[in-house]
Amino acid sequence: MNLESKVPGGPVQQKWDRHRFEMKLVNPANKRKFRVIVVGTGLAGGSAAASLAELGYHVDAFCFQDSARRAHSIAAQGGINAAKNYPNDGDSVWRLFYDTVKGGDFRAREANVYRLAQVSAAIIDQCVAQGVPFAREYGGQLANRSFGGAQVSRTFYARGQTGQQLLLGCYAGLNRQIAAGRVTMHPRSEMLDLVLVDGVARGIVTRDLTSGKIASHAGDAVVLATGGYANVFYLSTNAKGCNVTATWRAYKRGAGFANPCYTQIHPTCIPQTGHHQSKLTLMSESLRNDGRVWVPSQPGDKRPPDGIPDAERDYYLERKYPSFGNLAPRDISSRAAKEACDAGRGVGPGGRGVYLDFRDSIARLGRAEIADRYGNLFEMYQRITDEDPYQVPMRIYPAPHYTMGGLWVDYNLMSTIPGLHVIGEANFSDHGANRLGASALMQGLADGYFILPYTIGHWFATARLAPVTTEHAEFRRAEDEAAARTARLLAIGGSRSPDSFHRELGALMWDRAGMARNAKGLQDVVARLPALREQFWTDVRVVGGGEELNAQLEHAGRVADFLEFAELLARDALDRDESCGGHFREEHQTPDGEAVRDDSRYCHVSVWEHGGDGAAPVRHKEPLSFENVPLATRSYK
Amino acid sequence: MNLTLRIWRQRNAHEKGELVSYEARDVSPDMSFLEMLDVLNEGLVEQGQAPVAFDHDCREGICGTCALVIDGVPHGPLRANTTCQLHMRSFEDGDTITIEPFRAKAFPVVRDLCVDRSSFDRVQQAGGFISVSTGGAPDANAIPVGKAEAETAFDAAACIGCGACVAACPNASAMLFVAAKVGHLAHLPQGQPERDRRVLKMVSAMDQEGFGNCRNYLECEAVCPKSISVRFIAEMNRDWRRAAMRRGDAPEQRADG
Repeated sequence: MNLESKVPGGPVQQKWDRHRFEMKLVNPANKRKFRVIVVGTGLAGGSAAASLAELGYHVDAFCFQDSARRAHSIAAQGGINAAKNYPNDGDSVWRLFYDTVKGGDFRAREANVYRLAQVSAAIIDQCVAQGVPFAREYGGQLANRSFGGAQVSRTFYARGQTGQQLLLGCYAGLNRQIAAGRVTMHPRSEMLDLVLVDGVARGIVTRDLTSGKIASHAGDAVVLATGGYANVFYLSTNAKGCNVTATWRAYKRGAGFANPCYTQIHPTCIPQTGHHQSKLTLMSESLRNDGRVWVPSQPGDKRPPDGIPDAERDYYLERKYPSFGNLAPRDISSRAAKEACDAGRGVGPGGRGVYLDFRDSIARLGRAEIADRYGNLFEMYQRITDEDPYQVPMRIYPAPHYTMGGLWVDYNLMSTIPGLHVIGEANFSDHGANRLGASALMQGLADGYFILPYTIGHWFATARLAPVTTEHAEFRRAEDEAAARTARLLAIGGSRSPDSFHRELGALMWDRAGMARNAKGLQDVVARLPALREQFWTDVRVVGGGEELNAQLEHAGRVADFLEFAELLARDALDRDESCGGHFREEHQTPDGEAVRDDSRYCHVSVWEHGGDGAAPVRHKEPLSFENVPLATRSYK
Repeated sequence: MNLTLRIWRQRNAHEKGELVSYEARDVSPDMSFLEMLDVLNEGLVEQGQAPVAFDHDCREGICGTCALVIDGVPHGPLRANTTCQLHMRSFEDGDTITIEPFRAKAFPVVRDLCVDRSSFDRVQQAGGFISVSTGGAPDANAIPVGKAEAETAFDAAACIGCGACVAACPNASAMLFVAAKVGHLAHLPQGQPERDRRVLKMVSAMDQEGFGNCRNYLECEAVCPKSISVRFIAEMNRDWRRAAMRRGDAPEQRADG
């Protein structure tokens, strides 16, 4: 497997400029001759599809939702980072770069991260020009806030729905190109396979989710912008439809899968209430700016929160991390919550919760100010839990939220399969082992607006692609395989729903491969999954047919892929015998529970190559070097 | 709690549909409405019956996918709420709940409770954007936008495109949706150059999709999960008339204006 990163030489500040100059260009008159397939219409896919069409390429865009505007980026609440330094508080491209490399626990590629920080400012300009209604000050200037452990205020936001507003911006750009005839939009379409011709990605096979029709689409490049795999845990903050199928199918066709064990568990979600739970709801991390996290000092303290005097409360984040306090990064805050609950000090039903208390902020700032800052979040909390957070502290618990791992890509965002580009959460490149708050939106839009439109041109200008149509035998073969798989799922006629298998998988993964992992638990996952897959393929029951809208069938296909993918996640977690960022191995911690990295053995990207069905995957390494941000132990104390 | 559900079942756009009754047993008040349907479906699958098709995705009230008419009201009994954020504690043990799809000529039923809302996408393709290509945007702070004006733009931009406004309207009018889209950009300086063109094109597309006209019933505002105000409809009407005048078209030329 060729893992040449293609990072250009020279100082990190000059790499992207140099690369942009060195890349070949496509003549404007020739651009319309190239067809690009973009799968996924979230921030990465939507911005890429619109920007590529603006350049003159023809784009076929696909999403499984009924409208491009519903992709899961829409649910992002908190904000988007950019090194604008509008508040004059010392931010810079270098600082954003530094914070992101460090925040990722030194497991990201420096050159990619620097580029991300470099283009971040242009994203905000672009979004404002599109009409994104960011929060503003009275003077008409953009407002900023500090977010998710940053010591500068570099986060731009739009009430609690920054994701929706940014997505509507690129959706509007996409609509403009659809109207101009340069984007053909395919909603309610699910990618079932990637098609390679002579080793090059040349198209996809999709299922029309309304009619059930399986069809092929050919192009000169394929772009996957299909998001992350947090739903491998069943309960997560992801939308119900989020799945690993597109990236997993690409992996099985030869794309390297990088760092699948890097999963982010978000510290502030509403705890589970019962077995019927279908998803977990995130409460924006911005709440930690004014809320204080605590648990009772004594295990088993069942008094109501207002009956527990201050002296008997443990504000554990403030105690353990005095300089960052309640704003400690996500991985650290999540583990601290788990630790408190494991020690029997958790609150609420089942004891899996900690308090996020606004009492002191309300006393300091007044209820009106808190309502102004967080009113919609408080309402959402009350609607779900039937408790009033102005009166009673919120109860929160960590939940799977984002996945830093993904398909391996080089500096051009191209995977190990020539022609297959991967952007946004679906790739692995920028966040290392832990993503900082408000950086996902930044990365998705950086990839889609400002990076891929350059690098894909270089691919077209240098690849010398022969014309290919969907009549090619490889398309026929992939279509037949997809149809056969659908038929097989429908024919099993077992006794259990796809959902029940998904729940079982999720419970196993959360227990053994969630917030804290150890070798024994991970070995157990690897050992148990083949039997669970076997059971799925003999006992799943999918009612209905293939040639109609059939949500069970869609779900069954996704669960089948999660059942395979989960094993790769566990193998990677087992293989990475260190703790770093969101990957916490219990064997590697300091006496006070902090993660211990092992840079001598694991300062690399683990890239997995499919070994064939039934065979073990092969692990390759891309070594990481840190020339600008010296390797150091993260400390937020 | 135990409930009787009367659910609209319709195999596809061409076949006739009907309300079918189901019993839902041991429903927890902490379940969301959609989780209650998940449990129902789980039972139907076990019995080999086709589960009830309904659209949903984020389940946190922002993607705008879920779209049920519950006892005659889009998104159910709570104000400013989406179906996915409705919990069973809003109902009583023994209740009979009628569940139907969003109904409108411009929202044909796909199956059971799923409808096709692509008409909304087409209205936006007609002009719901600022024609700015990637690259070359001026510094984000180059054009100040007053806080109040920015907040008003946001109030309109909060629309999640669910279509409840259409489903609630006796005329199946999409005026609140289109007005929210028009109003969002009309309140920002960046939206001014195309303001006239945008409103004319979007309103024309809305008419072509078969949405009815506004007769000020205000049902739309009452069911809107994001509480979008009907003031945006008034503003859009004003914008549309002004734009039509500037173009030299008499407003009366709009068939149902």
